[in-house]
Amino acid sequence: MSTTVFSPGLAARFDKLVTLYPLKRSALVPMLLYAQDETGYLSDAVIAEVAERIGITELDVRSVISYYSLLRTRPVGKYHVQVCTNISCMLRGGNEILEHCKKKLGIPAKGVTPDGLFSLEEVECIGACSWAPAAQINYDFHENLTFESVDKVLDEYRAKFGSGGTK
Amino acid sequence: MATLTHHPDCVPVVSSRFGKGATDIDRFIELGGYESARKALALGPDGIISEMKASNLRGRGGAGFPTGMKWSFVPKQSAKPKYVLVNGDESEPGTCKDRLIFEHDPHSVIEGVIIAALSIQARMGFIYLRGEYRYLLQIMERAVAQAYTRGFLGKNIFGSGIEFDIVTQTGAGAYEVGEESALMESLEGKRGIPRIRPPFPAVVGLYGGPTIINNAETIATVPHIFRMGGAEYAKLGTERNGGTRLFALSGHVNRPGVYELPMGYNLKKMIYEVGGGIPNGRNLKAVVPGGSSTPVLTADEIDIGMDFDQVGKAGSMLGSGGVVVLDETTCMVEFALRTMKFYRHESCGWCIPCREGTDWLEKSLTRVHRGGGVDKDIDNISYLAENMLGRTFCPLGDAAAMPTIAFVKKFRKEFEDHLDGKGCPKHHAAEPEPALV
Amino acid sequence: MADVTLTVDGRKITAPAGTLLIEACRAHGIEIPAFCYYPGLSLQAACRMCVVRIEKVPKLQTACTTPVAEGMVVSTESPEIAQARKATIELLLGNHPLDCPVCDAGGECELQDMTFKYGAHESKFVEIKQHRDEQQWSPVVFFDRPRCILCYRCVRVCGEGMDVWALGVQNRGAGSVIAPNREDHLECEECGMCIDICPVGALTSGAYRYKTRPWEMSHVGTVCTHCGDGCKTTLGVRRSSDGMEIVRGDNRDKSGINGDFLCIKGRYAFDFANRENRLTRPMIRKASGRLEEVTWDEAIEFAGNKLREIRDSKGGSAIGVIGSNRTTNEESYLLQKFARTVLGTNNIDHHRTADYPAFFAALSGKAEASLRDIAGAKAILLLGNDPTEQHPGLAWQIRTNIRHNQARLYVANHGLIKLRRQAAHFLEIPEDGYAGLVAWLAGEAAPLDDDKSAVAFREALRKEESLVVVFGSEFRGIDIAALVSLGSSLPNVKFACLGDYVSSRGAADMGLYPDLLPGYIPVAAPAHFKEEYPALPTTPGLDLVRMFDAAEAGTLSGLYIVGANPVARYARHSDALHNTFIVVQDMFLTETAQFADVILPAANLYEKTGTVTSTFGDLQLVKKAADRAGVRTDFELIVRLAAAMGADVKPLVPFGQHGTRADMGQARGAQSGEADRHGVWLAARHLEPKLSPFDPFAIFDEIQRLVPAYNVQRLDLLAGNDQQLKPALVQIEDIAARPDLVLPSNDTLFTSGSLGLYSRTLHSVLESHKPVETAAD
Ligand SMILES: Cc1cc2nc3c(=O)[nH]c(=O)nc-3n(C[C@H](O)[C@H](O)[C@H](O)COP(=O)(O)O)c2cc1C
Ligand code: SF4
Ligand code: FES
Repeated sequence: MSTTVFSPGLAARFDKLVTLYPLKRSALVPMLLYAQDETGYLSDAVIAEVAERIGITELDVRSVISYYSLLRTRPVGKYHVQVCTNISCMLRGGNEILEHCKKKLGIPAKGVTPDGLFSLEEVECIGACSWAPAAQINYDFHENLTFESVDKVLDEYRAKFGSGGTK
Repeated sequence: MATLTHHPDCVPVVSSRFGKGATDIDRFIELGGYESARKALALGPDGIISEMKASNLRGRGGAGFPTGMKWSFVPKQSAKPKYVLVNGDESEPGTCKDRLIFEHDPHSVIEGVIIAALSIQARMGFIYLRGEYRYLLQIMERAVAQAYTRGFLGKNIFGSGIEFDIVTQTGAGAYEVGEESALMESLEGKRGIPRIRPPFPAVVGLYGGPTIINNAETIATVPHIFRMGGAEYAKLGTERNGGTRLFALSGHVNRPGVYELPMGYNLKKMIYEVGGGIPNGRNLKAVVPGGSSTPVLTADEIDIGMDFDQVGKAGSMLGSGGVVVLDETTCMVEFALRTMKFYRHESCGWCIPCREGTDWLEKSLTRVHRGGGVDKDIDNISYLAENMLGRTFCPLGDAAAMPTIAFVKKFRKEFEDHLDGKGCPKHHAAEPEPALV
Repeated sequence: MADVTLTVDGRKITAPAGTLLIEACRAHGIEIPAFCYYPGLSLQAACRMCVVRIEKVPKLQTACTTPVAEGMVVSTESPEIAQARKATIELLLGNHPLDCPVCDAGGECELQDMTFKYGAHESKFVEIKQHRDEQQWSPVVFFDRPRCILCYRCVRVCGEGMDVWALGVQNRGAGSVIAPNREDHLECEECGMCIDICPVGALTSGAYRYKTRPWEMSHVGTVCTHCGDGCKTTLGVRRSSDGMEIVRGDNRDKSGINGDFLCIKGRYAFDFANRENRLTRPMIRKASGRLEEVTWDEAIEFAGNKLREIRDSKGGSAIGVIGSNRTTNEESYLLQKFARTVLGTNNIDHHRTADYPAFFAALSGKAEASLRDIAGAKAILLLGNDPTEQHPGLAWQIRTNIRHNQARLYVANHGLIKLRRQAAHFLEIPEDGYAGLVAWLAGEAAPLDDDKSAVAFREALRKEESLVVVFGSEFRGIDIAALVSLGSSLPNVKFACLGDYVSSRGAADMGLYPDLLPGYIPVAAPAHFKEEYPALPTTPGLDLVRMFDAAEAGTLSGLYIVGANPVARYARHSDALHNTFIVVQDMFLTETAQFADVILPAANLYEKTGTVTSTFGDLQLVKKAADRAGVRTDFELIVRLAAAMGADVKPLVPFGQHGTRADMGQARGAQSGEADRHGVWLAARHLEPKLSPFDPFAIFDEIQRLVPAYNVQRLDLLAGNDQQLKPALVQIEDIAARPDLVLPSNDTLFTSGSLGLYSRTLHSVLESHKPVETAAD
């Protein structure tokens, strides 16, 4: 690669990944996920590099990205709050949890807090129906939610960040 | 994190190792793990398939196709390599059972894949988890790595001289990718658009090779079948519906949770005894018996055995085992709308009836729910759904149409009560605008 | 494959096993509606319009993906099926704008037709439609999203058909949308195939959009005037203030040698014809030194007298004639006959783009490959040239043949040409390595012996049981001979020699050479032309380059240039030309025309009738489509110039007793009183109006008589079918002795010699494809 936006770790992961499959292109979806985990979203530069590494057009890569709801081409908050409002969650207050998050974070669905710490999204069933209502923050599940537990969880993340990064 | 819930009526088979530390290979072996693979190795392809047929195991992914028969469709000779695919995309609303298997008993999936592979002489297997289950990928990857170190996977599995590899990966958020041919597209790095069939995966599947694709629970059940013997396993269930399955009970019940119960277990008992009945002494209104795609049953239609045939006779489907319970406070229009919102969001967009049908159904249902509906809307909704049914490129269209038809048919009065600006009796506050893509 | 018999709507039909039901039905006149299905492209089963009922199958089935089976019983129309299709259309119309009255596709829209047929007139929805602004993706491609029905035809024709892959689908579900490869614009070959194939008005062309309604045009099927492939193109013409203007070029008639295909030039680069700066009034250079407009009679009399003067005083050898790569066969033939029998000179030539004389000398009757031969060939050897750029029609047919019939392509080239992507074997060789390669392929030892891929190339090639050899202008003279003899060592070989323009081949066949008569008969041994052409000079004349030398040396006093721009092409613009009397016949005031003493405004290929010969030897009829008041066909001008010189036009154009066909004007789609114009001229000369010396077919009679290769079925030709020439072009000797004057024009997809410079579309596309300058600071 002439110029790369991949970290050495990511590049290595990619090189391993392509060896696993009978077809190089099979590495595309996982690769996009890993790249997104590292850079927060799929920038034009990342798209260009993935396309070149896999040997397909950027249009192809964009078509794939735009198909999958977890892949995004715009940044979200450091902690991406995904509240399920699908049937089982709805029956147990999923919508109310979503409304509560909007108030608590002061942003609408699809919004990002000014400090870039949180973003909020209403999502489809995440596979926690029997422990509804549920939400995912990044990849972590939070289940049997109540307003209290939501507040607690969000505060924990804020605290985690405060101790870690800067504002 | 997610755990199994227990009840005296439960019969732990696929869940028998849950919560016993079986994620670690040594513990798994202590609990009899990988013995079935050795048995299968001795039996050889034909032996494996007849054992599977004897078990009467039917697919747990939704369609309930007899698994042994499915495996037997794979041609013995093939120019292209054969593959085994585990469908861990679990995205059907109301369904959260495969998740427990990956979390608590990953090796049973690996062992099941090995046995399936032996039955068709496949050299490679893939385990595909839904993108939201990233934490399970770590668990699966660790388990696979352990299996390699033990020589259960790799160049010479169990010293048999047979080579077999497993690759695990996740999707990136798409319900449609749970559809078997769309899953193969996704695995090949493409948009999850289903394929034209025939040819079926058993003949032309992943990378064009003959492929077995099964639901995670189906696969995880396989080692237990070889542990107990197919006939024994079959006995646990009803005729043509062998064994047990995981039911995800959710919604308005006192004890929601995932339970392993025998096939044919009575639905009413499941709700009132296993699930502990409806909260706050409310009455039952309806049940969605097998995930959001299955037609709703009214409170007086639930005295049935939960197997593919009996639920089918009752006019619905056993589906993915996600039992969603609705009490009398539920607005059926809102429920129908929320269901449709999901299908609109998840339609791949390939074919006109599904792409446009789900879109218009969501719009119409939204309007009716908000009170903007007019008389013809109700018939129009049924009309749209009936014209999608059986006309779409893949079953997602049917999955959206069938429940809709049932909601209108069985709860028409509630739809009518919404008309003429009345809006939802249960939500007097105006609904927020639905976010359109 | 074996045939199977099935029953469709109660009719027994048979079709080869494996045929798709929809094709089997169409072949028997049973039309099954379809949006996404398109013959020759991959299957989608996306639009669900083609659903039919097959006995013993629970659900309706898509005819576009179901292969016929023995005993299958099918019904293609029933209330159930009609309802299914109606519902599908209702869903589409839910968001499809009903702006049909202003939509380019209105009247030619498959969605409109289906709505009409299945009557989805009552709207089921009260929601307002989602509007999206139209987008311009390139100078020629516009996209109107709400009109798109997502049939994916454009995506497939661009990818599978063109191998460009510039269109894709983005998002999913109801948000799905066709997207261009550069986010907000297209970077592609601008072929317009996506527009042509779009069943609705979602993709429209910058050239045609909002210009007219389909039913206001009349459609004339003729031949593209650009490259040597000779694609059939249908021109939509409409009355305009000064004649008939061309508003659209497309390929509705898919019967041509180009099949489904047209490139940007065939589809859009007709626009030069409508340029307002076209020459429409004859001009004479006056004493002042300036060109001034005069009447036709004045101009022709003046030119005729001057040429006669020169001929009579200094002899024909003091006059030179330069012919065209774009005129009809009849005009080229007539021009050389005029030069040789009226001017009395062999000083005649044209801009040569391929060494055809050497080719036919080497071929000596062996089979030449028509474009159809190539489209069906089992194997193709392509040496030199870059068809994607220079012969787009050929490139399409090669790709399609590979895609549909798994033909094998062997490419050797000094560049990494795009067709290598389809090649089973590709060899990159040095620019001067072609002769060496041929020698090595023929078995001579060479360094290539240790090149694995080269050896594999040769091995595979030798195994082929039949082959078409296609070569570019990299091959000349003896190199062609060597190639042909290599080919002849292989079984069932045919050959194709690539020249650049629509009439490059015709100009050569018709004898626009100082040393060769029509059919490549040497002037030195004129055979039957001795009798045919009284007083034919039998010493070879000056070639194009020498004519200019002579002009500069002052020994060439007259130069008659027809549809050519040698001054620009050969960079010859010495003041010495001012001492030569120059008559230029052209459409525009070209670099050459600026030197003219007399300018005669000429019609172009879209404005005349006759025949042209593709570089593959496909003879085709050219039909008059457009007309520009003021211009005259080259044919008419040559005849009138001859008459003005006092020549008897009867022997020049054997109309009347020799001729088998008379001109009533209609033959040339007489427009804006053209027939009368001729009538007046004829009457003035006491000739019967209905037997006209302006009739190209009178000359075509003579061509067929004197050039046996052209003696094809006249009827088929007139019916608009391409006819392959007979392998009867005469063999000439000592090719090696002839000077090599081939000058490849190296046109690209977006250029077309001088003519291309006058096409706004080509110009704007070239502009838009320029790399954007990043400000240097
Ligand atoms: C829209 C759609 C979504 C599906 N999603 C899943 C899924 O998430 N998990 C699954 O196992 N099967 C799913 N299926 C069923 C699969 O297509 C396939 O039938 C199943 O994986 C076969 O495995 P089984 O025979 O073990 O059930 C889905 C089917 C459709 C039409
Ligand atoms: S733009 Fe036209 S051709 Fe392309 S998909 Fe849409 S309707 Fe079809
Ligand atoms: S419905 Fe919310 S997790 Fe399934």
